[in-house]
Amino acid sequence: MFSLEGITTTTQNWLFAKFDPTIALAIECIIVIFLAITLFAGLGLVLVLMERKVAARIQIRLGPNRVGPGGMFQTVADTLKLIMKEGLTPDSADKFLFNLAPFIVMMVAMLLLAPIAFAKNFQIWDINIGVLYISAISSLSVIGILMAGWASNNKYSLLGAMRSGAQIVSYELSAGFAVLTIVVLTGSLQISEIIAAQQNGWWIFKGHIPAVIAFVIFIIAVTAETNRAPFDLAEAESELTAGFHTEYSGMKFALFFLAEYINIFIVCAIGATLFLGGWMPLHIGSWEAFNNIMDYIPSSVWFMGKTFFLIFVIMWFRWTFPRLRIDQLLNLEWKYLLPISLLNLLLVAVIAILGWHF
Amino acid sequence: MSNEEIKEIISSTLPSATYDETGEWLNVIIDSKDWKKIAAECRNGALQMDFLFCLTCVDWKTHLTMVYHLTSTKHRHNIVVKANLDHAMPEIETVCDIWRTAEFHEREVFEMFGVNFLNHPDLRKLILEDDFKGFPLRKDFEDPINMIKL
Amino acid sequence: MYNQTEIIKDTTNLGPEGELIINMGPQHPATHGVLHLVVTLNGETIKKIEPHLGYIHRSIEKMCESLTYRQFIYVTSRMDYLSSHINNLGCALLIEKGMQIEVPERAKYIRVILSELTRIASHELWLGAMAMDLGAFTPFFYTFREREMITEIMEETCGARLTMNYIVPGGLMYDIHPDFQKKVKAFIKQFKEKVTEFEDLVTNNIIFQSRTKGIGILSAEDAISFGCTGPVARASGVSCDIRKLYPYDVYDKVEFDEIIETAGDSFARYIVRVKEMNQSIRIIEQLIDCIPEGEFVGKTKNVLKLPKGEFYTRVETARGEFGVFIVSEGGTNPYRIKFRSPGFSNLSALNHMAAGSKIGDLMATMGTLDLVIPDIDR
Repeated sequence: MFSLEGITTTTQNWLFAKFDPTIALAIECIIVIFLAITLFAGLGLVLVLMERKVAARIQIRLGPNRVGPGGMFQTVADTLKLIMKEGLTPDSADKFLFNLAPFIVMMVAMLLLAPIAFAKNFQIWDINIGVLYISAISSLSVIGILMAGWASNNKYSLLGAMRSGAQIVSYELSAGFAVLTIVVLTGSLQISEIIAAQQNGWWIFKGHIPAVIAFVIFIIAVTAETNRAPFDLAEAESELTAGFHTEYSGMKFALFFLAEYINIFIVCAIGATLFLGGWMPLHIGSWEAFNNIMDYIPSSVWFMGKTFFLIFVIMWFRWTFPRLRIDQLLNLEWKYLLPISLLNLLLVAVIAILGWHF
Repeated sequence: MSNEEIKEIISSTLPSATYDETGEWLNVIIDSKDWKKIAAECRNGALQMDFLFCLTCVDWKTHLTMVYHLTSTKHRHNIVVKANLDHAMPEIETVCDIWRTAEFHEREVFEMFGVNFLNHPDLRKLILEDDFKGFPLRKDFEDPINMIKL
Repeated sequence: MYNQTEIIKDTTNLGPEGELIINMGPQHPATHGVLHLVVTLNGETIKKIEPHLGYIHRSIEKMCESLTYRQFIYVTSRMDYLSSHINNLGCALLIEKGMQIEVPERAKYIRVILSELTRIASHELWLGAMAMDLGAFTPFFYTFREREMITEIMEETCGARLTMNYIVPGGLMYDIHPDFQKKVKAFIKQFKEKVTEFEDLVTNNIIFQSRTKGIGILSAEDAISFGCTGPVARASGVSCDIRKLYPYDVYDKVEFDEIIETAGDSFARYIVRVKEMNQSIRIIEQLIDCIPEGEFVGKTKNVLKLPKGEFYTRVETARGEFGVFIVSEGGTNPYRIKFRSPGFSNLSALNHMAAGSKIGDLMATMGTLDLVIPDIDR
């Protein structure tokens, strides 16, 4: 059966046999870096096209279908266009911060790739505080956004960046509580242990009521964290400004654009890992025959399937709902989602202690 | 309300008003000095004309005529009030405080005909450019570039 | 309009008490058409809105003084281009009234059907555009699907998609296409199936409701005082449907309801328009099967001359009461024409409705006013 861990083990054994350990480790790091960058580029291409096709189908039209068969190379064309555009820097902008901001946002996205398990035994770094690492690093992206808004020296960018910052910081709380629900059920922060605990069924089924509530809150919170509709007031086109990335053009804008889609992928990957089992196939308790059939599908396919399903749901939201006003947005978080998450956490703690989950 | 009743009510406030019933609706011809008084009476009195639906001006070369179309949402009767203005110095009282729709309509008549509305809160050009010279809808408006005389 | 330096001075200056003056438009995705709004903001709250008009002023009233009575009708299609048939109908009715022309029954029925189709098309476009302003991009495509069906019917019968010069004084310019009835019935059938889509997608959407309920309230007295007509006034509780009060053509023979809501906020205006679409379908259903045979245009002379006097007609367009006022000296050209456009009065209420609210609510308020700027600027 095809399995990605076979490739990693073979490569590792070959490298360690050929070179001495330090150099082998260094080469492994370089290979991982290249793979990560390739994954980014590939994901960017796929997700942008997926967004446009999904949008088109929901809007009863076809979407890009001229560039390449079925419009496959549309994103390549878009990227070429963005590379060739003139990268303007406003005169009175803070040059250092202006240039640094897109890179900070990209760096955060890349750092978050480390603990995600793409397939069985195919994780870059299985740190023992995996979930905490993810929450901590994702908070750093706010710095990049505020930097971009401030350094543009444009009062509308600053307004957009402040609104964006307020929104992200608020919704991190709910997302964190939703994640904590699963941690309580598992008893560990480590990603591989969370996935292993879903051996006999995904947490969304095993953890019944609190897990479902946590899942719903998680999806809402990450839609708000990545500035996606219906929470995209900060970059809405029909409002006054285009948000914190108004002044960016060319490659730097492409980096922001790419970082937004990578962020969506990462939060969906985290959601899939915590609630839907990551790379674990769908097992139902101790139905051996069913579980064996499910195991035939490679784990990487399971992981990508779940993640892309969640990405599709988030894209579906964008083209269905109108936008929330900024005060309604913050209202939703502080008056509704946060109390519900707190109560949910209490509920799941009680359930975990009494062993009322599957 | 029939025309007779309306005529009675208006004549009791303004005996100098004349009437013209040749058209579809009752036309009341008043002097421009009495407009504010009769307007207040139409709005607040027994007639209850709360809807000013058309405010315009006609240039008769020798004089200008302000035309106000009023209707009542309660009694559903319509009247037309006309006031003749001097060609050289057209002035009439504003009715912005009585019917708020007059704010924009009077600005338009001001820029197109040059009628000065006394006590208007914000009388300046609405549709034309701020530095436009002349009053376009007057019959003696000359524009050698844009108007082609056949 | 200001000249260049004054515009720059306004946008970078803070007014007294730290107010910010910004320009919305004339090129802006949300103001449909060229509308320039100078908005005075205090933080997020709007203190004053001042519309600057005239970007599409084409001096129609002056121009019509040199056009004949047969020619000036079609200029009104270009004024409120979304209700072009209804505008043309208003002018045609005025000439028929002034010259005592008999209009055959067939023409009357078809004119009413075309007016109602135009009303539905206008409301569909409004719905799509307003949903797009608020961030829901999808209803735009759904409403344009229905609008496309109407436009195709128009193209087949009248020859044009937007500015259809089809109604003449006395009736219609030429007879309807033989497929007209069949296509209109097909449209009605599809519309009834799809109208529930908007209900689910937009009307019952809690985000949409919370963005439009309680926003931009206009009381009934204010609506009458500002001269608002059409759905704007009917949503505030004012009964002003010209089709009911002063019926023209065959409106007195059909049964339909006048939709009145009392809340006066943006959601009420939205509901009024959506329900009006259903009533228009009801009118068309009653008429489409009973179009009488006969002539499509009454007997008129080639050169029309209105007798000396003043004439006024009003019709109910998708936006409100459209009035045509002609002063005639007996010649072939009108002496003075005044077009009483509904958007002009509706726009004057914008400052009153939006002052004191947030900038995000301005979109919802302006969207529900359904402004078409060429109608305002003439």
